[in-house]
Amino acid sequence: MRFAIQVNEGPYQHQASDSAYFFTKTALEKGHEVFRVFFYHDGVNNGSRLTTPPQDDRNIVERWAELGEQHDLDLVVCVAAAQRRGVVDEGEMQRNGKDATNIHPRFRISGLGQLVEAAIQSDRLVVFGD
Amino acid sequence: MSETIKKFLYLNRKAPYGTIYAWESLEVVLIGAAFDQDVSLAFVDDGVYQLIKDQDTKGIGMKNFSPTYTALGDYEVKKVFVEKESLEERGLTLDDLQHLVWEDEDDDWAEKDSIELVSREEMTALMEDAEVVFSF
Repeated sequence: MRFAIQVNEGPYQHQASDSAYFFTKTALEKGHEVFRVFFYHDGVNNGSRLTTPPQDDRNIVERWAELGEQHDLDLVVCVAAAQRRGVVDEGEMQRNGKDATNIHPRFRISGLGQLVEAAIQSDRLVVFGD
Repeated sequence: MSETIKKFLYLNRKAPYGTIYAWESLEVVLIGAAFDQDVSLAFVDDGVYQLIKDQDTKGIGMKNFSPTYTALGDYEVKKVFVEKESLEERGLTLDDLQHLVWEDEDDDWAEKDSIELVSREEMTALMEDAEVVFSF
């Protein structure tokens, strides 16, 4: 089955990102396809490479990035939600006159159309959050 | 934009302010309109507050985005389902909500009501029937 995953909550504050990660990982291991993971609302904070959790805790951002690397996953951060919350890539930095970026290189910033497209192209959209 | 047409249901469950879910849900609806899908909106639980008329957000310093709902008809969003029980539980009636309409081009652009009150049971059936549920 082909899944689209939507993550609506930030890392650490809420279990949604952890649950989405384990769901995605397990689905891939069972041979399913994950068309895209789309990070929305505070979920965009899952894509900040500056995240530095204590060493004895899981690194949620790196964990997503590693899973993305292993399975060539499309990890997409919503641009409108990212702008509100200061998640920035090179293009957004220049467009909005900012002085830094913080997006993890394994993630990309794109529009809400990517969520809608993922929902159309997948057999199931699974939403994680409140 | 896409050859596949799916039944989309945007499920709005939360109050309009206090959290950003309602506003960012509306942004998905507006962007999603470009994909020409079979779109329905549903409002349940505190989500029914999103449609209240005469919203005034001055006191909380947030943007009043409720006028955007009246533009949904222009985005070809014609089906807005509001759960009757959710209204009743909050002491609300249809008269407390904004009047949302769409223009029917097959009927000389007559304005038609977008909002339809449905029972909790009917709402369940709508969710069952949808191919994609965007839950906010």
